[in-house]
Amino acid sequence: MDKGTWTVKCGLAQMLKGGVIMDVVTSEQAKIAEEAGACAVMALERVPADIRADGGVARMADPTVIEAIKEAVSIPLMAKCRIGHFVEAQALEALGVDFLDESEVLTPADESHHIWKHDFKVPFVCGCRDLGEALRRIAEGAAMIRTKGEAGTGNIVEAVRHMRAVMDEMRKIKSMTTDELTAEAKALGASLELVTEVHETGKLPVVNFAAGGIATPADAALMMQLGAEGVFVGSGIFKASDPEQRARAIVKATTHYRDPEIIAEVSKGLGAAMPGIDIKTIPQDELLAPRGW
Amino acid sequence: MKKIGVLAQQGAFVEHIAVLRCLEVEAFPVRVAEELEGLDGLIIPGGESTSIGILMEEYALVEPVRRLAKQGFPIMGTCAGMILMAKRISGLHLEPLGAMDMDVRRNAFGRQVESFETEVEIPVIGEPPFHAVFIRAPYIEKVGDGVDILARLPNGSGVAARQGSMVALAFHPELTNDLRLHSYFLDIVCGKG
Repeated sequence: MDKGTWTVKCGLAQMLKGGVIMDVVTSEQAKIAEEAGACAVMALERVPADIRADGGVARMADPTVIEAIKEAVSIPLMAKCRIGHFVEAQALEALGVDFLDESEVLTPADESHHIWKHDFKVPFVCGCRDLGEALRRIAEGAAMIRTKGEAGTGNIVEAVRHMRAVMDEMRKIKSMTTDELTAEAKALGASLELVTEVHETGKLPVVNFAAGGIATPADAALMMQLGAEGVFVGSGIFKASDPEQRARAIVKATTHYRDPEIIAEVSKGLGAAMPGIDIKTIPQDELLAPRGW
Repeated sequence: MKKIGVLAQQGAFVEHIAVLRCLEVEAFPVRVAEELEGLDGLIIPGGESTSIGILMEEYALVEPVRRLAKQGFPIMGTCAGMILMAKRISGLHLEPLGAMDMDVRRNAFGRQVESFETEVEIPVIGEPPFHAVFIRAPYIEKVGDGVDILARLPNGSGVAARQGSMVALAFHPELTNDLRLHSYFLDIVCGKG
């Protein structure tokens, strides 16, 4: 019996596909997420919108919060550690978390290196802005990739930019000739082996979700139509006026992302979405997406 | 050509569709009840059983699938699919389909760090053993008359079962390149199994 293998790590990501992973800060929120049909919950102390508003250093959540949420639901439990903070990752693995997010939403612990994720039995998801970043994370052992978007803004524009960048680059590599791949790998800062795999399959070697700024059912369906295999919703649910209804609506829109009638139906009367932020008004040094190397 | 539907509420349905197409049958995702019409068989894939179950209820798929099961329609469930096909489930507050007379324990092997892959002897498909991937997997605790356990782990846990035209697997044949269990199911669909 082999545990913690690459197949088993990537396999859990495959089981999450077509689903919505919701940020929760209490066991009550976790239950609301599970009953709305979330395929996993991300246990946090603060959602990204609050992390952004509070400033300061954002770290992994208190294990008490994570354990309370773990007890409350039966669906997979995710938690975030800081970029490069492999000891936070070790602690979260010891708590029995099912999936770790090495996340730019928390304050990075290392400004040169990410965690060597192959050392862990628990699978990792990492954010990316483009294909090079995605392939570097996969080489380090990420079993799942998501766009970074700009977390806590309720603004989908950055997630769209990142998903389009990844998909466009993959289409380009697919159409290249073999002798062009080495230069492409060099330009991307990615391994030739992974670039060759993208060339052969036309897709990432691991599951690819969208995250960062999803606030409405239409946002979720937009990301799915752009090529995401599922979505993370952070502040978008519990910063809205009616979290239960919005959570259910986003779950339905993610499954039926190609059915405009269903998306229109589930978008009715949801109340106020989370307040959004225009990315252009955020000072450069307060943007989260550029964190990661 | 036979037509197989794969429930596509959530989970790894694309992988099943790819395997079925390798076996030269027509395969379609099923998201709403109308898409069940004209099918010769149905697969309920792996994913989160709560997500799949909730979306099946919301889009009125529960009763039609129950009816098909009662009529002896070929259905195969893998992992979450097996959970939903059970009569009784431990560790879930959702009403299962009750298609097969078995008790299933959810997340029976523990959390993700306990997920594993191993070789499983499955006499109905012969040698060699099947390389099976178990992800937060369930197992079968008890079966009623008319349900045959097709495979057990060395510790005795039932991980594959058949009742009439229905097959339930605790693991994920869609994640490996071994097509024998899908072929076994297609033989049932074709009346040869």
